[in-house]
Parts: sequence; structure tokens; C-alpha cells
Amino acid sequence: MNVRRSWWRTALGLFFTALMLFPVYWMFNVSLTRTNNLRADPPHWYPKDPTFDGYTIVFQQQLPNLATSLIIGLGCVLLTLLISAPAGYALSRLSMRGSGTIGFLLIVAQMLPSVVMAMGFYAIFVRLGWLNTIWGLVVADSTIAVPFAVMLFTAFMSGIPKDIIQAAKVDGASTWRVFHSIVLPVSRNSILTVSLFAFLWAWSDFIFASTLNRNGDLIPITLGIYNYIGNNTTQWNAIMATAVVASVPATLLLVLAQRYVAGGVTAGAVK
Amino acid sequence: MTSTLRRLGPSRTGVQDSGSGEASRPRRSGHRSRNPLTGGRWAALAFVAPLIVYLGAFYVFPLYRNLDLSLHDYTPRAFVQGDADFVGATNFVEVITSTIFTSAVVNTLVFTLVSISVQFALGLALAVFFRTNFPLSIGLRAAFLIPWLLPMIVSASTWSWMLNSDNGIVNSVLTAFGGGQINWLTSPEWALVSVIIANVWLGIPFNLVILYAGLQNIPDDLYEAAHLDGAGAWRRFWHITVPMLRPVSIITLLLGLVYTLKVVDVIWIMTLGGPGNSSTTLAIWSYRRAFGTGRPDFSQAAAVGNLLIVMALVFGFVYLYLQRREARS
Repeated sequence: MNVRRSWWRTALGLFFTALMLFPVYWMFNVSLTRTNNLRADPPHWYPKDPTFDGYTIVFQQQLPNLATSLIIGLGCVLLTLLISAPAGYALSRLSMRGSGTIGFLLIVAQMLPSVVMAMGFYAIFVRLGWLNTIWGLVVADSTIAVPFAVMLFTAFMSGIPKDIIQAAKVDGASTWRVFHSIVLPVSRNSILTVSLFAFLWAWSDFIFASTLNRNGDLIPITLGIYNYIGNNTTQWNAIMATAVVASVPATLLLVLAQRYVAGGVTAGAVK
Repeated sequence: MTSTLRRLGPSRTGVQDSGSGEASRPRRSGHRSRNPLTGGRWAALAFVAPLIVYLGAFYVFPLYRNLDLSLHDYTPRAFVQGDADFVGATNFVEVITSTIFTSAVVNTLVFTLVSISVQFALGLALAVFFRTNFPLSIGLRAAFLIPWLLPMIVSASTWSWMLNSDNGIVNSVLTAFGGGQINWLTSPEWALVSVIIANVWLGIPFNLVILYAGLQNIPDDLYEAAHLDGAGAWRRFWHITVPMLRPVSIITLLLGLVYTLKVVDVIWIMTLGGPGNSSTTLAIWSYRRAFGTGRPDFSQAAAVGNLLIVMALVFGFVYLYLQRREARS
């Protein structure tokens, strides 16, 4: 009886999931469709006579954009970690006046509309000559991740047993040494979570890319897809193939690091 | 801040068992600066200094520039040279008296309120559904996260193609069931509905995860006791789940509100705020004024943006207030 009931739930769960993920399936389906079948009526529900033409186009045209996104993503991870890990330690351990204020500011920072941030960055970057640069986008994209990262590090690091740190201090280790050789290794999982999300958010960013890097020679993949939609509305199989390729990091993340992802979403409740 | 992380993010992230962190807190405040751990005030400052510089340079300064833009009359030329005239509140007055303003506010309200209420309802239903484990439930729940992780441009362009008038799968299904063809993205009546549909889809994972975490904190005994007393599933939902989930629900809704207010990408990618202004929200309006046309008007865009900040922060502070109160009780 019980077993049968739970199978009924599984069936329903599969149905809901299929419904929810239908757009993802559809993207995949269209990416494999031949151009002359794109306007078939009714549309083909599965890739009948599949073709990799769309993907060939991706690799002919979008490789530089993918590389740009990769570099921006990695740069963003690095910058985010450099800023947030020490700050998280300071806020969690070293009793600091004003740490409450900083925490408050971080929450407020996450609530700011990105269009406003984009305008502010634009105004600053115009003067600095940072528009259309990879560095500019790394900086702008990191603002999506830094508040989240600091909060995650603070929460984790305040859970590290005091005794370990106390012992090291008694042995004469400096604050930097404690941080470097005790706190950081223990915080491996948090570092991983932060890195994954910082990368993913930078990789996915559209608003900063479309405002701060509109005329660059090196554009990220999100902008590559966007320009595609603008110029090339008939080639939806190529657009969807690019979309599939652009989704690879997210998919890898979910498969390889699922527990970090689920945790990150909940911890990112503030995000 | 950390209390939210603790409450909503249990040991999954590796946020270690909160017990030790909690326990260490009173001890820390008991000691004064004699404690070797708390002695290094300079060290603490050095560790947190990069963050403070960062916040100043990449949050406060852009915001200041934005305010500055909205109080001056920046033409594209003045924008580069930096010699715009100070005009006080003129930009704000122009924006508020503009014909687009009312429709942008209405669209923002409709987009935000409909999005978050439908997201919440569906997220809650799914969270309740997933509450009891069944074969495959963990994997399926993980699969629900996919829309949340995909780049926005990917989801939005997929929805654009699905909602395409002539070749979209949605219209194809509708006509197969005897419905008429709908011009989802190109008719003023449906454009806002279309972007709401896509946005609801994007928001379900967030609501599901948070509400699911909230459900985990309701003791099973309550349900069992109610079950023994003969309460059906429906009664248990209304008399246990709903009241017990109230704090988490309010937080979820408020956060949803704050984040939905500022949505740009889905709408921009799908409809550009059009046709006409039929799907133009305040955020889209601001984006279009600054970046969407050949003749940018940064000053008015910044004025709209600043109005948006005020709206977001009002709800943000309500959220913070409720969250603090929650943490204290």
C-alpha cells in the first residue's frame, strides 16, 4: 500500500518536472532542428532528422565569446575570493566594531537594482576608459557575488571551533598565518560554493555586459546570443545551439556540485 | 544577517553546525580586548579593509554618480566631459509628469505582484508535494533548480521562440486544442502576460527551495497528532502548514518583491518593453532611456532609477525589520 502510494507520487513528480523542464528540452530540440524544419507546422516534438548545423555555427562564430566569458568568470571568482574571504574572517572572528553595519550594508547592496548600478558604472567607466574592457566587466560582475560571498564566509567561519585558532595563537602564529594555514583550508567547501556562484553569475550576466561592453571586440557569450537574436532571427537552431552551449557550466555545476548548489540557493536567500 | 543564513541554510553549504558559532558568541562578548583572539584590531582592520574600499568604490561611488546624473542635465556630450548643468529636481518632475510614468508604474505593480504571488503559490504547492520523500524525490527537486541556474538570456530567448506567434510551440498546442492563435510578444494585451509567464517560471525554483527549507522546520509530530485527531490533508495544510510557515512566507514574498521590482533582462530580451510601452516597467524604462536608444538620456534614466531604489529599499527595510523581529523571538 505504502509503496504503491509513493510510486504514484513519483509519477506525479516526474510529470511536474517534465512540465517545468519542458522549455529546456525545447531549447535542446530546436538546437538540433534543420533550418527548413524550424517553421514546420505543427513543430516536431523531437529532433526528427537531427542536425548539428547549429552547433557547427556556434563553434565557427562563438568560440571567442565563450573564451571571453570564461576569462571574465574566472577573474570574477578571483576578485570575489580576494575581497570576501579575509573580510568574512574579520567579520566572524576578530571582534570588530562596525561589523553589524557592514553586514547591513551588504544586504542593502544586494537590493540595489542592477540597472542603476550599470548606469553608475557606465558613468565611471566612461572617464576611466574601462568601457568595453574585460577588466571593467570583471569588476562590475563581481558586485553581484561579493555581498553573498562575504555573508557565506562570515556564517561559515564563525562556526570554526575557537580552540583550533586559540591553540595556533598560543603557539605564536600571526593572524595572517592562522587565516592562511588554518581558516582557509577548513573553509574549503565555502570557497568552492562561492567560486561556483561567482563564476555562474558572471557567466550569466546580461545587464552589465549589454551596458558596459556594447562595442567591445571581446564580448561575453550572453551578448553573443543577444546580438544573434537581433541580427539573425531566422536561425533559431543556431541561437538555441548557442544557448545550449552557454548552459553547459550551469549543468556541470548541478551535476558535479549539487550539494553546494542547493546550499547556495538557500544561503543566497538574501540574494 | 547571519541569522538568515543559519536559519535558511542548514549544514548543506558546509555552513557548519550553527551550535558552535552560537555558543561562542556570549563568550566573546564576555571577554574584553584582553582575549588574544580579539586583540588584533589592526589585523581585523587590515582583513576587512579591502571590502570597505571595494564597497566604497564599486557601490557607493556608482550610486553617488547616479544621484549626480539625476540632478544634472547630462547630454551625451556633457556625459563624457562632465560639465552638465545642475537642474535640481527637474528630471524627477519631468519623469513623474511624463505620460509613460503612470503606465510604467502600473506595469511594474502588475508584473511584480502577479509574478510573486503565482511563483509563491506554485512554489508552496511543490514544496508541500516534495515534503514527503518518495523514490527520485531528491533528484527531481534538484532538477527544479535548473531554470534558476540557466543564464537569463538562455531562458528568455527560449521563451521568446516558444511564444513566437507563427512557429511557437505554445500556439501550436493552443490551436491543437481548438484555441486561437495568440500574438504573445507582439500584441499590447499579451506582452506583459508573456513576460510574467517567463518570470514566474524563473522564480519557481527560488520559492520552492526556500519554502521547502521552511517546511523542514515544522515538526512532524504536529502533523502526526493532527492526523490522529482525524484532520484531513487539507485541514492539516491550512491549520499547520500555513500558520507555521508564515514567517518564512513573508520573507520569501518580500525578497521576491525586492528582486522582481528590478527585473530588466527577461523583459528586455523578450519584448524590449513593447509593443509601445505595454510591457515597460520602471526598470525597463530606465534601461531604455540610458542604453536602449540611439539618443541616451542618462539624467532621466538615473531619475527613474533612483525612484526604483527608493521603492526597493522601502520593501527591503520592511523585510529587514521583520527578519530582525523574527530572529529576536
